[in-house]
Amino acid sequence: MSFETAGYQLAPVLPELVLAVGAMALLMLGAYRGQETTRTVTSLSVVLLIVVGALVYMQPAGKQVTFGGSFIVDDFARFMKILALIGSAVTLVLSTEFLSDPSRRIFEYSILVLLSTLGMMVLISAGDLISLYLGLELMSLALYVVAASNRDNAKSTEAGLKYFVLGALSSGMLLYGSSLVYGFTGTVSFTGIAATATVSNVGLLFGLVFLLVGLCFKVSAVPFHMWTPDVYEGAPTPVTAFFASAPKVAALAVFTRVTLTAFPGIVSQWQQILVFVSIASMALGSFAAIGQSNIKRLMAYSSIGHMGFALVGLASGTVEGAQGVLMYIVIYVAMTLGSFSIILAMRRNGQAVEQISDFAGLSRTNPLLAFMFAMLLFSLAGIPPLAGFFAKWYVFVAAIKANLFTLAVIGVLTSVVGAYYYLAIVKTMYFDEPAGQVDPVRIEVRTVLAVAGLFNILFALFAGPVVSVASAAAKSLF
Amino acid sequence: MTTWPILSVTTFLPLVGALIVYLSRGDDEASRRNSRWIALWTTLITFAVSVILVMRFDPSNPDFQFVEKANWLATGITYHMGVDGISLPLVILTTAVMPFCIIASWKAITSRVREYMMAFLILETLMIGTFSALDLVLFYLFFEGGLIPMFLIIGVWGGPRRVYASFKFFLYTLLGSVLMLLAIMALYWNGGTTDIPTLMHTAVPRSLQTWAWLAFFASFAVKMPMWPVHTWLPDAHVEAPTAGSVVLAAILLKMGGYGFLRFSLPMFPLASHDFAPLVFTLSAIAIIYTSLVALMQEDMKKLIAYSSVAHMGFVTMGIFAGTMQGVAGGVFQMISHGIVSGALFLCVGIVYDRLHTREIAAYGGLVNRMPLYAMTFMVFTMANVGLPGTSGFVGEFMTLLGTFKVSIPTAFFASFGVILSAAYALWLYRKVVFGALVKPSLMSMKDLTFRECLTLFPMIALTILFGVYPKPVLDMSAASVQQLVNNYNTAVTAMKAAALLQ
Repeated sequence: MSFETAGYQLAPVLPELVLAVGAMALLMLGAYRGQETTRTVTSLSVVLLIVVGALVYMQPAGKQVTFGGSFIVDDFARFMKILALIGSAVTLVLSTEFLSDPSRRIFEYSILVLLSTLGMMVLISAGDLISLYLGLELMSLALYVVAASNRDNAKSTEAGLKYFVLGALSSGMLLYGSSLVYGFTGTVSFTGIAATATVSNVGLLFGLVFLLVGLCFKVSAVPFHMWTPDVYEGAPTPVTAFFASAPKVAALAVFTRVTLTAFPGIVSQWQQILVFVSIASMALGSFAAIGQSNIKRLMAYSSIGHMGFALVGLASGTVEGAQGVLMYIVIYVAMTLGSFSIILAMRRNGQAVEQISDFAGLSRTNPLLAFMFAMLLFSLAGIPPLAGFFAKWYVFVAAIKANLFTLAVIGVLTSVVGAYYYLAIVKTMYFDEPAGQVDPVRIEVRTVLAVAGLFNILFALFAGPVVSVASAAAKSLF
Repeated sequence: MTTWPILSVTTFLPLVGALIVYLSRGDDEASRRNSRWIALWTTLITFAVSVILVMRFDPSNPDFQFVEKANWLATGITYHMGVDGISLPLVILTTAVMPFCIIASWKAITSRVREYMMAFLILETLMIGTFSALDLVLFYLFFEGGLIPMFLIIGVWGGPRRVYASFKFFLYTLLGSVLMLLAIMALYWNGGTTDIPTLMHTAVPRSLQTWAWLAFFASFAVKMPMWPVHTWLPDAHVEAPTAGSVVLAAILLKMGGYGFLRFSLPMFPLASHDFAPLVFTLSAIAIIYTSLVALMQEDMKKLIAYSSVAHMGFVTMGIFAGTMQGVAGGVFQMISHGIVSGALFLCVGIVYDRLHTREIAAYGGLVNRMPLYAMTFMVFTMANVGLPGTSGFVGEFMTLLGTFKVSIPTAFFASFGVILSAAYALWLYRKVVFGALVKPSLMSMKDLTFRECLTLFPMIALTILFGVYPKPVLDMSAASVQQLVNNYNTAVTAMKAAALLQ
């Protein structure tokens, strides 16, 4: 029997292999040619991510499984992978300015982003608890270092350390949960667990809870969100943009896959956990953001809230719910990247400014920037006809179908509270007196902003195809 | 007959105009003039196109006309547009009022003219879309989307307390609407589609009717606004620029009444019947209470705002009476109020532009300096009071008549509103226009300019025309209203018969 026929084909992992080998090659390039190559390495990394994205796109439709079931490539995985790759590539593009400073010419930055992305792809395709943990750790270890990449800045190093300590703790919990699940079901593969876990017992439940704790930490859902505001504020802004986009995609993907494919037999058990977590996240994300004066901290609370909304879809545990999660994450990534490109564009006299008061009167000093940001903020608040509305529509419509009325009502009410702080920024930009000119915006930031902004404003026009793709991807999980 | 999508053209023409305004760059006087003219021509052309709608409209057909349907989102959510006799008058009202708003802002708005005109044009698209959408999601898109431009209009070009007013307006309305959104989702799962004509013929279980009715009510009652959730309206009116107040009073408030007619009555007839006493009570309270509050106001705009709440009380009362006269009267009252209250806000704006205050006490004896203005203001005051011969009378009379058949106490209490409205409106008129001209600041007041006459005289003509000859509006809506009332009564009778059998 040849290696290939025993379920160990390499074709499904081709994109991951290319990414891994490419990252190694770039590492060699950087290591031998020194820090002057930072720019080259960054550009090549973006190219590499695009190539990998194309490879993922070209993979045949339908489900392929390899490595004895521990690596799954289905429509869902391909959807999420492309999204994560877009997130990583865009944040690398946004990082060029950060890396151009002579004191910060670190080519390792791009390599770490690539390796972290590799981790995400493994995570998204994980078919058992082992590959899940493998992907999660590869992703996280690279992230810890990236968070601290601004070495001379105390806040950045603090952010990295804090993220590492708490992240390690959550990994431990996840591992503990995995071992319990393994102990009570006798298998690590998701399909195997699903076959065994049809009735709940206390041990399995313990394992499930610890597993979910680890995953909640990664998507920064309440009550495991404490690291988020500090890390978002402390990390350099491009890194924050990265944290807010690609890893969230991967974490949410694995969250969806674990709950829906490994524990479909005990939906009622994890449903109540998810209902609690999403209500708490939505509420905290809305209320705690009101008092923030730093825009990055505000975005941290905003992303906590948004993860809560995404989990509303998951809590329903249905195909519609999975579709809602997919729609939510696509739109969330676009909105987040757009918002962070605006935060990156806010520079006065060569210095980045990140207080909300710095946005005062932006509508008069830079009308286009202000308009784009206003539209993104309205979209984040879920006001139609912008993209954010459709995100909310698809998660709540799933919740209504699953009869989770309390969750839905609390969810939409917190979205009204959330609208308040988004409006407060619009108010600062449009109603207040200008706080001074902003520097000309760099071309790569402008490009990202234009694409994300137009996606956000015109989403209603091409929502149909996106919905169909998301629907097909969601169905592949069931 | 050509088959161009006339309704979509009407809806999205203003958006095209907004794009053209955007492309006309620059911030000097010439570009400001440009954007004003582009905005005016856009609204005029839109009005002209909507007139084609009226000409091709078949008033004897109660169903939706000019229907357009296209795929949009997968699974039962489509781009579906169309108008019937209930929505067409409101579409025309919108397209007709907008040019006046642009003209009224000609001189009053001097800063950020380009953005102002864009906001108004985008708002127009969203308002027309609200009235012509035949899909719940599409409707919600237009309905809620209107919040964004209105928020900016109040907040950027508004008065001293604009921030407070704009936030209150936005959050209040949003709070009501998100609950409606959940009800829309529930209806979607119940009927498998969000297509409005289909849903009108889909049976909704009794319990869902109750909850969905309440959720829709939360949204429309805020928008309308009904007592006790009306408090955002006086603030928004007072702080908004004149044209903003006009749009708010003339059109945005009508979305609530339109919602009741389009969704609450046809889709949840049983719940509407159950909750009719609640609506009657709230309407009667609104009519009497807000009229009394209006009597106490010192700000002209605030007084008219409270009177709007009272007049909307007649609309809700008439609609939920569920009789032919009541519903037709409600539709008519909405159109009439759109013209009259819009014109009243324009009248306030005219003196505000000259003296920069809206305090009633600051005025007095204007008739001596401004005879033309005094005459105009009087016509609209009388229409607001509901004097026979003005359009205000027809609406109030028909709604009272329709309600009398169903609930005599409601009609009894509501008729106090007619008396009270005479009290506050005439009081306002006397304070502002009559008396001796003693205040030195008023000595140099100039009478209406040509531009102001241009905005007000057509409205006078319409007010009086509809007062003596309401047939055009009533005919246009008659067939659709008849069908609506018949369906409603059939459903209610069936329910009562079923209850008797048990």
